[in-house]
Amino acid sequence: MLIAATTALLIAMVLTLFRAIAGPSLFDRVLSANSFGTKIVLLIGLLGFLTGRPDFLDIALLYALVNFVGTIAILKFFRYRNLGLSSDEIASREDTQ
Amino acid sequence: MIDVIINSASATLIGAGSIFILIGALGLVRLPDFYTRMHAAGVTDTLGAELLLLGMMLQAGLSLVTLKLILISLFIFFTSPTSTHAVANAARVMGLRPLSGSKNILTSKENT
Repeated sequence: MLIAATTALLIAMVLTLFRAIAGPSLFDRVLSANSFGTKIVLLIGLLGFLTGRPDFLDIALLYALVNFVGTIAILKFFRYRNLGLSSDEIASREDTQ
Repeated sequence: MIDVIINSASATLIGAGSIFILIGALGLVRLPDFYTRMHAAGVTDTLGAELLLLGMMLQAGLSLVTLKLILISLFIFFTSPTSTHAVANAARVMGLRPLSGSKNILTSKENT
């Protein structure tokens, strides 16, 4: 069953990559990159169980953290064109828009 | 006896999770609009990931591995709706219109 789940995950990752490459808008790409990251977390966990080395789960946990922070950072960059804005500067920009 | 029950339950959960992940990926490719695609991606993150992690938890038994799996599933459970909401909010603010109804087909075609 683990092998079947790994195969299904790999097929799903190919489909997600297709959307990331073809997706017409920026947000399609961000969405599929985020979904791809979740699938990578699951794949690392499954591979750890398949090879009998569950220590891989540490890497999966780290990958989940990086995936979330990366998605938020990409969205912040494309909205404000700047990653170093403080919350005060963001509030002042929201007022002027 | 218990082993057989636990193994078959774990296999059922992992199979159901991979089916949900496949459905989500198919929806991500096939659906017509960004907001509907977001709906399909949610299936992967909630049902697919949680079911797969639950199945792996049953295989691992009571150990540190289970604790790590619980941490991963809790983290995905909280962050995936947050990031989906952030993507949807950014798309709405930056002016991406949803494809809605027969009345708006002409205007929404201009956006794509």
